[in-house]
Amino acid sequence: MVTYIIRRLIWAIVMLTIVSIITFGIFFLVPRLAGATSESLAARYVGRTASAEQVKIAADKLGFNDPLIVQYGRFAKGIVAGADYDYGPGVERCPAPCFGYSFLTRLPVWPDLLDRLPVTLSLAIGAAVIWVLAGVATGVLSALRRGSLFDRAAMGVALAGVSLPIFFTGIVSLVIFSYGHPFRITAPGGSFTPFDENPAMWAYNLILPWITLAFLYAAGYARLTRAGMLETMSEDYIRTARAKGLNERRVVVKHGLRGALTPILTIFGLDLGLLLGGAVLTESTYSLPGMGKYAIDAITNQDLPKVMGVTLVAAFFVVFANLIVDLLYAVVDPRVRLG
Amino acid sequence: MTAPMDVTGGDTQATPEAVVDAAGGPAIQGRSLGQIAWMRLKRDKVALAGGLIVIFLILVAVFAPVIAGAFGQDPTQFNSDLIDSSTMVPKTGTGISADHLFGIEPVNGRDIFSRVVYGARISLLIAFLATLLSVVIGTLLGVTAGFFGGLVDSIISKTMDVFLAFPLLVFAIALAGIVPDSAFGLTGDTLRVSLLVFIIGFFNWPYIGRIVRGQTLSLREREFVDAARSLGARGPYIIFRELLPNLIAPILVYSTLLIPTNVLFEAALSFLGVGVRPPTPTWGGMLADAVRFYTIPHFMFFPGMAIFITVLAFNLFGDGLRDALDPKAR
Repeated sequence: MVTYIIRRLIWAIVMLTIVSIITFGIFFLVPRLAGATSESLAARYVGRTASAEQVKIAADKLGFNDPLIVQYGRFAKGIVAGADYDYGPGVERCPAPCFGYSFLTRLPVWPDLLDRLPVTLSLAIGAAVIWVLAGVATGVLSALRRGSLFDRAAMGVALAGVSLPIFFTGIVSLVIFSYGHPFRITAPGGSFTPFDENPAMWAYNLILPWITLAFLYAAGYARLTRAGMLETMSEDYIRTARAKGLNERRVVVKHGLRGALTPILTIFGLDLGLLLGGAVLTESTYSLPGMGKYAIDAITNQDLPKVMGVTLVAAFFVVFANLIVDLLYAVVDPRVRLG
Repeated sequence: MTAPMDVTGGDTQATPEAVVDAAGGPAIQGRSLGQIAWMRLKRDKVALAGGLIVIFLILVAVFAPVIAGAFGQDPTQFNSDLIDSSTMVPKTGTGISADHLFGIEPVNGRDIFSRVVYGARISLLIAFLATLLSVVIGTLLGVTAGFFGGLVDSIISKTMDVFLAFPLLVFAIALAGIVPDSAFGLTGDTLRVSLLVFIIGFFNWPYIGRIVRGQTLSLREREFVDAARSLGARGPYIIFRELLPNLIAPILVYSTLLIPTNVLFEAALSFLGVGVRPPTPTWGGMLADAVRFYTIPHFMFFPGMAIFITVLAFNLFGDGLRDALDPKAR
């Protein structure tokens, strides 16, 4: 078990390193293909009023003229150990993990990202609770009453749910429940209240994004749970359990659901990991100031250090979620850790 | 979803001979897998409806200029005369008329019907090409990994893991956002479409790669592969003549279900403003414009419904196809 965990941890770190190399490579190469030079990148740090000579010095000091590999090394070192940035007038210390400085605000990227994290966390976790409960419950009920009116209605709604983009349902929900006065149940998007400041306001501002986001995922989870339940409920061990005289509730929950839920767990890990890295569409539909909105704003402003920072943090969440799922699997299923 | 098809699970499946015997025995007729699948699909009315809508949508995309032309409309033409110059909304509220079936946009008065029709072109073109790219890369690498095994397999599998660790949407937005309006010798719509096809297609291949690899692993051990090998067949022959024909069913089903995902992906990128550039009409782009005019519901209704119907139709057809090709799948 310990060897398995260590092996899995090393692989997670290797994977993050590869992702960071590719990310850095792409965001280094593409702007240059687009005609950006070391000077034009440095000019974004020193401002428009600087003379050509100053810009040139800054470009050298910031290392924009070094080969790609040297620049990546410095970037990676900054994340692990922090870095010193030399603007020209003075040296600034950027503590680890350092993702560099924004082109636009000249502030370090990491504290900015940390500010956005609670929003995305609140959104993703709140929605996840709703969608897992609703999706799994619907799927189980549908499978148990296969062919019934409930099953057909639920699966119809679920199919519609997975076919509706969140930026459409989101806008419609805003029009009906937020801007439209008769049904107003929540504030117009764009406001976020931290949980520790006022839990009621926190929930009030998030209720609509939660439900819309959860609906999308719940639809998919209901379909998956139903398919999984139908498969496990036709297994021999279910028949055995019934033959032993267990009551139906126990058969369904302890024997059926348990087998059906393992694949759901994998997908849940991946989905949550991806969402924590920025629920881009939900956040931009509801103008929530989370990591996804941050990514969009950074891209709109062509603020490369921010773009790289948010991409890597998002990748971290995906790798981390994968790691947790794999370790949970190893706990549940001995074949995994021995295999 | 397609409840009638689910009945054909495992034990109720009879061999052709048994069916014939029970019926009292007309001449035994062999049926290929394709014929059986087609028979099942024909009985699945919901899937067929999805398939018909898909064909209809493809025709709309191909003949977009003819359809829009029939109403004398152009998707980029301004109709400022129909717009109230003080409120910037259509004079009649929606602008719906015999000329403008779906009404007109606020501010510049472009015809929504022809924009939705033209939007089908971008949406389907990108979704199809991106799916094709993923399927080709995924199949090639999946078969290679599954067939050769060993070091080749572990390199390809680890590569898939790395690709799956990319936060796809964030990365796609970033990549689509930093490419300038002219790059790689391409400009305008051609550049944007190629770029989106590449981004969406290139990062989706590991999903199908995994499926194909798994299938290849189990097919590799089957008797007919052993038979071919003992008759002296080499790697390429076994891959192309023995393995690939058996992989067509899962690949077909997966492709059909990947298309709607890619339609949503393209719409999302356009919605976020990193898709094909205006004034070329895209459904996602129209929705993004409609957000500011939420008091005019028809503006968001038509592009939104276009996305919904397209994705739903492909999903219905794909579900039906999966049930038809694989009786065990539910």
